[in-house]
This record gives sequence, structure tokens and C-alpha cells, in this order.
Amino acid sequence: MGSGTSNQRHFAFQNAEKAFRAAALIQRWYRRYVARLEMRRHCTWRIFQSIEYAGQQDQVKLHDFFSYLVEHFTPSSNHERDFLNRVFTEERFPQDAEMEKFSDYKSIEVPDNYTGPRLSFPLLPDHAAALVEAFRRKQQLHARYVLNLLHETRKHLEQLPNITRVSTCYSEEVTVCGDLHGQLDDLIFIFYKNGLPSPERAYVFNGDFVDRGKDSVEILMVLFAFMLVYPKEFHLNRGNHEDHMVNLRYGFTKEVMHKYKTHGKKILKTLQDVFCWLPLATLVDEKVLILHGGVSDMTDLELLAKLDRHKIVSTLRRKTRKENGKQATKEKATPPSGAGRPTPWFLPQTRSLPASPLRLGASGAPRAGRSSSIPCSCPADAKEPARRARRSVDLELDRCRRQAGLPVSPAQGEPLLCTPEADSEAEEPPEPTQEEWKQVVDILWSDPMTQDGCKANTIRGGGCYFGPNVTEQLLQKYNLQFLIRSHECKPEGYEFCHSRKVLTIFSASNYYEVGSNRGAYVKLGPALTPYIVQYQANEATHTLTMRQRISRVEEAALRSLREKLFAHSSDLLGEFKKHDADKTGFITLSDWAEAVESVLRLGLPWRMLRPQLVRSSTDNTLEYRSWLEDLAKEQLSHENIQSSLLETLYQNRSNLETIFRIIDSDHSGFISLDEFRQTWKLFSSHMNVDITDDCICDLARSIDFNKDGHIDINEFLEAFRLVEQSCPEGEASDCRQATSTTDGGCSKPGTH
Amino acid sequence: MSSTKHFMEISQEIIASEYHKKIKDAFEVFDHEANNTVDVREIGTIIRSLGCCPSEGELHDLIAEVEEEEPTGYIRFEKFLPVMTEVLLERRYRPIPEDTLLRAFEVLDPSKRGFLTKEELIKYMTEEGEPFSQEEMEEMLSAAIDPESNSIHYKDYIAMMVVDDS
Repeated sequence: MGSGTSNQRHFAFQNAEKAFRAAALIQRWYRRYVARLEMRRHCTWRIFQSIEYAGQQDQVKLHDFFSYLVEHFTPSSNHERDFLNRVFTEERFPQDAEMEKFSDYKSIEVPDNYTGPRLSFPLLPDHAAALVEAFRRKQQLHARYVLNLLHETRKHLEQLPNITRVSTCYSEEVTVCGDLHGQLDDLIFIFYKNGLPSPERAYVFNGDFVDRGKDSVEILMVLFAFMLVYPKEFHLNRGNHEDHMVNLRYGFTKEVMHKYKTHGKKILKTLQDVFCWLPLATLVDEKVLILHGGVSDMTDLELLAKLDRHKIVSTLRRKTRKENGKQATKEKATPPSGAGRPTPWFLPQTRSLPASPLRLGASGAPRAGRSSSIPCSCPADAKEPARRARRSVDLELDRCRRQAGLPVSPAQGEPLLCTPEADSEAEEPPEPTQEEWKQVVDILWSDPMTQDGCKANTIRGGGCYFGPNVTEQLLQKYNLQFLIRSHECKPEGYEFCHSRKVLTIFSASNYYEVGSNRGAYVKLGPALTPYIVQYQANEATHTLTMRQRISRVEEAALRSLREKLFAHSSDLLGEFKKHDADKTGFITLSDWAEAVESVLRLGLPWRMLRPQLVRSSTDNTLEYRSWLEDLAKEQLSHENIQSSLLETLYQNRSNLETIFRIIDSDHSGFISLDEFRQTWKLFSSHMNVDITDDCICDLARSIDFNKDGHIDINEFLEAFRLVEQSCPEGEASDCRQATSTTDGGCSKPGTH
Repeated sequence: MSSTKHFMEISQEIIASEYHKKIKDAFEVFDHEANNTVDVREIGTIIRSLGCCPSEGELHDLIAEVEEEEPTGYIRFEKFLPVMTEVLLERRYRPIPEDTLLRAFEVLDPSKRGFLTKEELIKYMTEEGEPFSQEEMEEMLSAAIDPESNSIHYKDYIAMMVVDDS
């Protein structure tokens, strides 16, 4: 019947419509779910990044600290002055004669029971492959072979130009890899998936081979070995982490000393030199420029090709090599406080961190609360303590020189002024100029940004942010097609920007945490079309769903964040109290977010993160004291140590570690109780921390577990990790007694 | 009378200012250049993470409201803030309650088996409503499909997702 079929049709139509609407509803719901996951993923990323960059900023603060010392601290006793001298003693860059002594490997004996890999030179491809295999099986290369390899590496690098030229005529394809940061698993995976280097398979490794990961040494050994075996096809660029100053802070120095207790120092000194000889950039078919960081609007490839790259010891300070006992430094401006005499070695000679011509764009500081205090100009007048400190530095230097049997500086007694540039007429080529140094810093430290322009990279403290117009300008000037750079971790292991004219390639997967990001490498054939391969060197992550992956990484990020929150407990309490005028013990969640940002200054979206950090009550308020207590319970294992002192130390642990390593100049891993106290005293006065000597004494003694008057740096720092640190059982009660603050009578400085 | 009205206005203001901060935080997560703009493709994520659940169509309308006259591919915060505040104040695009979601699945499962096969799910999600992209489909399948039966037991699925969400 007519009405029947139309009824049927109507019915069918209704059903179809219902299905349509049901589907739409499910999709709508699902998309919201995914969006929330996305948001969590981005927040997690932001947490890791801001903590990482805050750490880099700490380096800047360290410079501030030492500037402060130079300007304000007057040693009140011989003891203190000696200590200061030690901190300020200019680190002598080994002269060539000494260099030979440092890289001497022939005198090192390899014991008969050594079962690790052995190297003989000249290296053959099989040796290099065998080395990879040995490391995969967790073997360690003996110091003798390490030094031998470094010696050969240096000889090879010295012959290379600053900018390596590669052609796809010879090897059909070139594979470019980014940051590895000591993650050997990733390197092994790349070789496994892409194939070992060979005359048909060229490789370019774009810097940052070391620091952070645990196998930086092994990575270097493999990379250098292949470079010696295939010198025409295997190329390395220097990264900002191929720098002994940076290594002090980010783990490479520690790794070397740990793995090579006897010869570690030699290895480090030799590496210092090797790093300086690494080429600065690679050019493929004259069309694709590969360098570690980026470029600036002043980047001049001709200048970069010409300069003596070996003179750029560290991009953190414009330290110059002292040749023939001369201490001339080329200073464009002569600050009255004197630049001719060695300024404390860790301070940049120009008293300012590298920056490109400042054109702070509309947005000024990149992120709220992330302004780093860059020491910009030197003090107007030479303060007496500064002069005294430098004087003692001179004396110390002379002493060192005498010890080494070198001629004593003729400069004794000369006024503290800049030595005239006429010195540079001597046999040695001129020291790196300000211009040259800046060129190198720019290519090693810069990051791309989406806005046009070029502004100082205040977050990193070096190089600049460069916009699409800067890229375009450079590509046109040198007739290039595009840029490949690394330096920044990307979730997918790579990222194009500037209309695909800039490719960031990052090869350390799971960089922040297992599951945090993929690694990638890029292949170029004769057509120079980039072909990207991604990977994640951890099988576990493959089987997880997106949701699970994000949760894992998120948990790690939140743990780090809670650590940081704990480290600022006192400040937070103060800030919370300000929002609680009526002393109810409660504040609103909105106040919480404001307070936390004003203390931590990480520029994080606290309101988005709040659900993960705070269990709120139904009326949207927070009882802040118990929240802080909960944080503390998570972090503290030594309840007897005063929590505020612990907290302050914890907050500053990166800086403390760096300072300790500087003091521990013989890399023994120990500093004396005295040195620990001195350091802390100086540091705390700078930070305006109210700690009594007694407390420091107690803390020092409690850490000196075996009571021999020395503190093992690593153990001290381990105390601040989240892993439970417990005293060896027998001494447990001893430990506790030592930490009790009712224990009177700490030894005075100078006595022991 | 006027004091009540005044009170209401002030409450509105306080609420609005709370919303401002929330919106700003969410916006900043995607403001990679710290210049108060985000890529238009991220707006959906931002809006949804603020508690709203618009359809794709509603999202497009919203984007049209906050876009520049000459679309640049970027959305500016100054334009986004007032519009988003209104959305929150009006409680537009409310999230979908669990039981409504369940009923939607049941519509697609008229014989009340308690599950949908993988093929059925794919068909509905990619051919009906506001179809999924292939990526969206794959991602949903990876979490939803029970590999042994190759089907989605939607009641369990919903329960799992809801817990995750809170």
C-alpha cells in the first residue's frame, strides 16, 4: 500500500537519521577526548622544556654568582683567600708541549686480563664495526685505546676545513643525524636500520654527541672510529655540547671520570682539544647547509670558513688560548677594571654573554618569568677586592708556571691594563675576534622562530632567534636550497619550518623520558629531497596506546615538577600566606596558580596542570600547609636534616654540582669538609640565604659518612634524588647523631 | 532590587575574570611564539580542553567568529578571549553525559548485542555523522578494539575512557 511504503520509507529515514545523529554524537565526544589528551601532551612537553631551559639559565646565574664574588667578596683571612684563589685560578689551557704529555697513551699499559675491544691503527672498517658490537655488549674501551683514538682523531681533524664539502656524486645518499646526547641505543638503532657507514653510505652527525645520556664516551669512540675509517664519507659538525665548560654541568665530565678513574683527566684534556678541532658546518652539493644551531642575520659563511676554529675553546666564554706565556686578550672596549689580565676564567672576557644585535621584537622576553639576568656591562670602577682577587690570580698563575717549568710571566708588576694589540704580530695568528666568536656562537646556539627578525636568544643565553626572512636572506646570499639543523628536541624527531626551508632533525628518542618523543634522521639523494625516517629506541612504547604513552611521560614530567615545587616550599608558603590574609589556612585554586607561577617562574599553564597537582576540595579551595607537607613527604627521606636547608640545597643543586666540580680541580670526586663549608658560605651569602655556620657544619658532617673529612660529591648529590638514600645499616645511628642539631661544637673554619 | 542586581553583576565579573585566566592559560600552551597568537588548527583543541564539546560544524562557526577579516591562519588572543568567555558563561557546547553516550552506541547496535564489530564501527565513524579521518579512526581502534573478538564492547570502553578523563 502506498501509505505502507511511505511509512516504511519514513521509518527507514528516521532510523538513518538516528544512526547519523548517534554517530555524530560519538564523534563529537571522541574528538573532545582526544583534544584533552593533546592538551596534556603539550603541557607535559612544556614542563620538560621549561625545566630544561631553566637549567640552562642557571648557567647564567652561575656567571652572576662569580661576578658577584669578584666584585663584593673580600677574603678575610689567608685561608679564605687561598680558597678563592683556587676557585679563581685560571684554568690553563695546555700548551702544545703539555698537550703531547696529556695525549700520551704509549706509556699506558693494557693489563693481560683486559677482555674489551682492542684497536690498532690505521683502523679498518671491521675494527669500527667490531667496536659498535663490543659497546652493544656493554664492554668498555681501555683508556689507552681511547687516548690513541683521540690522538689519531685530532690529527685527522686538524686537516679538515671549517666547512666540510660533501657531494652526492660520490656517495649516492647522505644520511644526516641530529643530537644523540649520549644515547648509544639510538646510534646503534640508526646503524641497524640505515646500515653502517660505507663509501656508498655517507653520514653527517650534526653535533651534541655528548652530555645527559649515559654513553657519551662510547658514542664518541664510534663516531671517531668511523671518521678515521671513512674520512671522505663520514663527517661531524661541532655542537654546543662539544665544549668542556658545558660538559662540566651536563654530565659528560662526570661520565668520563666515572668510567676512567685513573686516566679520565687526561682523556678530558685531550677531548677539550679535539672538540675545538671539529668542523663547524657541512655543505652538501653546495646547496644544503648543515649546522648545529642555526644562523643569525650576521652569519657570514666566508668569515666562518676562514677563521681559526681551534681558537674557540668554549662558546660559553670567549677564552683565548695563551700562547707563549702571553696573556693578551683582544678587547674592543677596555673596561677600566682591566681586561688585559686574566679575568676569572669562568667569566666571559667581554663580561657579557653572547648576543646578536639586539632587536627585541614586539614580544620582548620570550616567556613570562623567563628573563635571565645576563651580566651586561662591567662595573664602572675597579673595586679593590676585584683587583686583589686578580692580583692573587697572577701570583697563583706564576706559581703554576714555575711548577711547570715555563718562563714566568713578564707581566708581573705591569699595570692592570689591556696589553696592546701589537702583541698579535708575533708568530701566532690573531686571537679570535669578538666578531669571529659571535659567528661561531650564533651557528651553534641559535633557534628558529616563526616571526620575522633576529633577536637575542635570552633563554639559552647564547645565539639568537632567527625568523623566516633571515633564513631566506641567507639562502639567497649563498645560493642554497635549505638548512638542516638540530639543537632542539621535537616530538616527532623532526620539524620543518620557514616554509620548509629549515629542517630540524633530532636523533635522541625518548629524550625527556621513555615515550616522550621519537628520534629521526634524514636522507638526501642527488635530488636533495629530504626523506625522513623516524624511530623510537624502546620497544615498550610501541605497544602502548597514545593514551598510555602520554600518561607515562606525563607522570615523569609531573614528578620533576613536584620536585621543583618542593624545592621552593618556603617561598611558596610565604606566597600562599599573602593570599590568606585572614589566616584561615585556605586559599582559592586561582590564588594557588598565581602564587606558584610567581615563585617558580616557569611560565607554565598552572590552571591546566592543577588537576594533576592538587586534590581540590569541593568548594575549590586548598588547605595549603598540608599540600606542602604532602609534597615534602614525597621527597624527603632524611627527616632529620633541617628541611629548609635541604630545600635550599636542593633548589640549587645543579649550580652546586657545577661549583663543586670546578673546585674539585683534580677531578678526584672529593672535596674536603672545609671546602664544602666555604663554598656554601659564599654561595648562601650571594643568595641571601639565612643559614648559620652550625647548620652547615652539621650537614657537612652528616654527609661525611665515613668520617674521613671528605665529602664524595656524587654521594652528596645523590642524596637529593628521589631514590631513597639510606645510611649503611651499621652506621645508621651514627648518622642520625651527626645530623642532630643539638650536637654542639662544629669545627671552626681553618681547623680540622 | 538594585543591590541584588549589583551583586549579580559583580559575581558575573568575578566569574568572568576567573574564566579569563583559564582561557589565557589554555591559549598560552599553544602560543609558541609568545606573541598572543595560535595556529587556527589548534583552536579546536583549546576550546575542547576548556570543557566544551562542540561538533565540527559548531567549531567552524566559532572559528569564523574569532578569525581575522582576512584569515591569516592565526587567531589572536584579543579576539578569542571575549568570544570564548561568552561561550563559557552561556555554558554552550556542554559535554556529553555518560548515559547519552551509551544510548548513542545502542542506536548503532539495534539488536542489543552489547558490542559493535570493527567493520561496523569503521563504517559508522567514517561514513556517518562528521566522518573521522583515517588517523582518527586508527587511533580510536587501537584503544577500543578488543583484539581477540575484533569488536568494541562499548559499555566497557565508555567506562574506561570516562575514568581516564577525570
